[in-house]
Amino acid sequence: MSKKKSRRDFIVIASYSMGAVGAGAAIWPIINQMNPAADTLAMASTEVNIGALEIGQALTVKWRGKPVFIRRRTENEINESRQVDINSLRDPQADEERVQKDEWLVVMGVCTHLGCVPLGQKTGDGKGDYGGWFCPCHGSHYDISGRIRKGPAPENLEVPPYSFISDNVIKIG
Amino acid sequence: MKSSIPNSQFKNPVINWIDTRLPIFTAMNEAVGTEHPTPKNLNYWWNFGSLAGVTLVIMIITGIALAMNYTAHVDHAFDSVERIMRDVNGGWLIRYIHMNGASFFFIVVYIHMARSLYYGSYKAPRELLWILGVVIYLLMMATAFLGYTLPWGQMSFWGATVITNFFSVIPFVGEPIVNWLLGGYTVDNPTLNRFYALHYLLPFVIAGVILLHIVALHRFGSNNPLGIDIKSDKDMIPFHPYYTIKDFFGLSVFLAIFCVFVFFLPNFLGHPDNYVPADPLSTPAHIVPEWYLSPFYAILRAVPDKLLGVLAMFGAIGILFILPWLDRSPVRSAHYRPMYRVFYVIFIVNMLALGYLGVQNPEGIYILLGRACTAWYFIHFLVIMPLLNIIETPKALPKSVSDPIFSSGSSSLSPAASRKSK
Repeated sequence: MSKKKSRRDFIVIASYSMGAVGAGAAIWPIINQMNPAADTLAMASTEVNIGALEIGQALTVKWRGKPVFIRRRTENEINESRQVDINSLRDPQADEERVQKDEWLVVMGVCTHLGCVPLGQKTGDGKGDYGGWFCPCHGSHYDISGRIRKGPAPENLEVPPYSFISDNVIKIG
Repeated sequence: MKSSIPNSQFKNPVINWIDTRLPIFTAMNEAVGTEHPTPKNLNYWWNFGSLAGVTLVIMIITGIALAMNYTAHVDHAFDSVERIMRDVNGGWLIRYIHMNGASFFFIVVYIHMARSLYYGSYKAPRELLWILGVVIYLLMMATAFLGYTLPWGQMSFWGATVITNFFSVIPFVGEPIVNWLLGGYTVDNPTLNRFYALHYLLPFVIAGVILLHIVALHRFGSNNPLGIDIKSDKDMIPFHPYYTIKDFFGLSVFLAIFCVFVFFLPNFLGHPDNYVPADPLSTPAHIVPEWYLSPFYAILRAVPDKLLGVLAMFGAIGILFILPWLDRSPVRSAHYRPMYRVFYVIFIVNMLALGYLGVQNPEGIYILLGRACTAWYFIHFLVIMPLLNIIETPKALPKSVSDPIFSSGSSSLSPAASRKSK
């Protein structure tokens, strides 16, 4: 047996490679059909009237099928979240970076651990050890800036893209 | 002409004609018939393999019946299940059998696995037999999870959310993979549809792996309570009629217990929150998995880091794949391993404790206990199992399966001694 590469070796390798490419091309649509469909992808945006919210109140709205927490924070809550030593946080972020207007906190109501909706929006809810939100699934505590303080979640509650259309209306998405 | 065809030897001419051309009756006879020699000393712990097979058949039959009445759409799924419960003829019975059948499938399989752990059935030359079993177990967990999503109750929705989010720990591609699994940004109608399709598919995949499991079993035959190799035909009896009748007796006991749950305690093993329709905006205050996944849920929660928690949980199952190489002791049965026997009991208690902790609120003493039990789970497999071979002196093994009964030397022929050897 000669170790010299022959034309036949080339043909064998080339045809196997083509076969693999063909098989991959045939399988891809089957895999890709499971990705989000066009109607799901359509980036819906939602406008929310926040004029009725008093200081200290919270509102939950639905955007892309997920809850968004809107909270009109009190003076105390704002001060409290700004006095935290940022370096002590798991996901270091200043409160100023997380809000557009100091009073209004807008975050996704989805725990960054495994996707549960944290408690803390309603008056009767437990708000966790840091006065923000508490995720009942695996015990993550968020502060009043939506930052992770304790528990298994790795990141702060996500801030969705939003803008103030007027003083009373925000557009999410 | 006549002599050139190798004829089968069945008395019934029709069976004989078929078997000569398609040796299906020969195959059955060699699988569970008179032509399948089996160790004569198997005890009742060996009933649970065939019980698991029967349970799978029950699940497939009731599942197909439920599929005829179920609607896989987020707006109709919950109502269609309620319609099955109230309006479909016998629907309540079929659903309760299917619901409790899932739990009992796991009970049977957990006992089957515990048997294997006690008598060392996973050791050479049966490593692949054990690994195929772990594959079946994984497929069962996937199937059970997918099925639990279908009624579209609160636990369905949030269980699906939590479990699909496990994949978000994968670096860089985690988020796209979760969106690919869900078919969107959140658990929704595309998710329900694909879960339904896969829930229908996987039981047949399980049946396929069971076939391989049985082929691997028949390569070396069943292990036995003494864990020693079979030396001669004297140690064997044919599967039929001896073990078919024993399996049927076990099955009747099993079905009696099963019926108590189906008819008198149908929701005992479930969670009432799943009778609340799914609400994507509100997670139930206390979310728990079904009891059979609870030990692994406890391990997930014991680790205060997302990535490590998910790794520990998958690792706890993954570790079973390498068990045949972690346990270095050449002695199979715990009967002859005084130290392993103790650690085995501790392991079972620890497993039950994890199961209990998995359904408690993650606060206070439960967090601490969860961590201790999780640590012990891994210590058992990674430290105790390899170490035992070095520090343990096994008892003397009998020469053959018949030996402990008709032994020479010191042991007596008393009925008590022979009973003990079983």
